[in-house]
Amino acid sequence: MLSVSDLRATVDGNQILQGVTLDVPAGQVHAIMGPNGAGKSTLSYVLTGRSGYEVTGGTASLDGEDLLALAPDERAAKGVFLSFQYPLEIPGVPALTFIRTALNAQRRARGEAEMGAPEFLKLARLKAAELKIDFDMLKRSLNVGFSGGEKKRMEILQMAMLSPRFLILDETDSGLDIDALKIVSEGVNALRGPDRAMLVITHYQRLLDYIKPDRVHVLAGGRIVASGGPELALELEREGYDKYARAA
Amino acid sequence: MNLATAIRARKLEDLPGKRDEAWRWTDLRGLIRTAPEPSTALDTAGLPAGPFDPLAEETLVIANGVGGGRISVAAGETRVVALRIVSRGAGAHAGGVTVSVAAGGRLTLLESYDGEGSYLAHAALAIDCGGAIERIVLAADDAEGVSVSQAEVVLQPGARFAQTLLTGGGRRQRLETAVRHPGGHAELRLDGVYLLDGKRHADLTTVVTHTGFDGATDQLTKGVVRDQARGVFQGKIVVKAGADRTDARMGHHALILSDRAEVDAKPELEIYADDVSCAHGNTVGALDQEALFYARQRGIPEADARAMLTEAFVGQVVDRIEHEGARELARAWVAGRLAP
Ligand SMILES: Nc1ncnc2c1ncn2[C@@H]1O[C@H](COP(=O)(O)OP(=O)(O)OP(=O)(O)O)[C@@H](O)[C@H]1O
Ligand SMILES: [Mg+2]
Repeated sequence: MLSVSDLRATVDGNQILQGVTLDVPAGQVHAIMGPNGAGKSTLSYVLTGRSGYEVTGGTASLDGEDLLALAPDERAAKGVFLSFQYPLEIPGVPALTFIRTALNAQRRARGEAEMGAPEFLKLARLKAAELKIDFDMLKRSLNVGFSGGEKKRMEILQMAMLSPRFLILDETDSGLDIDALKIVSEGVNALRGPDRAMLVITHYQRLLDYIKPDRVHVLAGGRIVASGGPELALELEREGYDKYARAA
Repeated sequence: MNLATAIRARKLEDLPGKRDEAWRWTDLRGLIRTAPEPSTALDTAGLPAGPFDPLAEETLVIANGVGGGRISVAAGETRVVALRIVSRGAGAHAGGVTVSVAAGGRLTLLESYDGEGSYLAHAALAIDCGGAIERIVLAADDAEGVSVSQAEVVLQPGARFAQTLLTGGGRRQRLETAVRHPGGHAELRLDGVYLLDGKRHADLTTVVTHTGFDGATDQLTKGVVRDQARGVFQGKIVVKAGADRTDARMGHHALILSDRAEVDAKPELEIYADDVSCAHGNTVGALDQEALFYARQRGIPEADARAMLTEAFVGQVVDRIEHEGARELARAWVAGRLAP
């Protein structure tokens, strides 16, 4: 599914990614942990094509197709979805309008028929209920005035509606209360499947109790410095990043 | 200096220009080098329908300065009137209309400017508002047309005047509104939207003078300029001595979508009274790149994402239009002008 090799990138001339190599096969969930400033969000932005993040070497492909050559919206249409660490506010665009515009833009890009309003609203009601989001909230400008936790839930709602194939969750757990963490995790787990894969960036092992990863990687100093099974997350929780920070 | 008189007398030297402080960004004197001939009369029967005709009970036409007259609304009356100000050709003309709404009367004034040619046009509106007026102006001047509209509004205590100007600019265009605000719980809303491309110019100038206590003014103007267009916003609120407890807020926010486009803004508050609550905000900048990336990450192509965000930006002004039909028309006008 996702294959990243020796990926290097700069932000404002600073080399942040120093050669990231990572393979996430279809059907798997990989977690990325690492100290603040390690380059985790940078990796997610490079994979989604944010401007200002300049790739200076290496490759990234999804199902063999070069991701780096595609525009951000083309990557989205291929099924790449990023749940932002800090979701943006979109004043004047109701959440429902935003999601429907995105959904139908993706469908058009894939040559599929657009979803009509009744079907869309039905789906939105269903997914909102599953995520315990008040439907009226979807009529408000997207994320404007939403609490930190509400914004994160809104990310997962968008994810549920768009049903992407490759999911990147950048600290989706931060800011969520205990109940919300469960609800959101269920939403994410519902999207697990043999032809989907996920990259879950988190600081807390707790999330991984809910979203069980197949592999855990440590990103420090702009590269993957260790990989292992779920037990690696437990070890990090106990011992911290000290030895990896030195290795980086 | 009276612009209508200068136009009728063909006195170029009386046109306002750079040296007049209030016209420094909308220089007519320097633009017009030879006095245009007076415009010829227009056959109004040959005109296509105006944009607001389907929404109005009656339509008043001023064609090349001819027509107009008076709109009066008595107490207890509610009227929706379309006012079409039409300019054709390369001549100069001036016209106007008088509006009065008595206490207890309501008027929705749906005003449109429709120009074809390189005319020099002036429209004067004298508005006496004792009841409630909502004035919506859709200004579609020619890219070669020079047009000035000046509205003088006298608001009575307890009355309400609300206005939304929507303009695509002209070769040089100024939409000016001066309001005498008596306080006395009278309410004033002055909004505007300018969407300019090519070499178009629009100047939205307002002067509000609060003369008595307990008055409220709420202003919101938003603009989007691209290519080599130029937007001008001059908003002045004067709170005279004795106009205590005035509540006035003014916002002007513009998006500049190209390097060669320009926005000049001058918000001014002059306060001589006590216990006044006044605020103004003014921002001029580019489209939010982070929001743009967010939308694109969700699959919305760049041009569509830009249009969506820009439309939402001005949509906040359009949403304040009270007359539903006019609001929908305004929304469609905005969408049409911002479509990728
Ligand atoms: N615009 C920028 N200019 C310069 N440096 C930047 C810029 N953006 C990010 N960086 C730097 O890149 C490094 C990696 O940042 P990134 O956000 O990827 O870290 P992270 O691993 O996601 O951290 P956190 O756990 O705190 O979210 C940091 O040192 C950060 O300061
Ligand atoms: Mg981060």
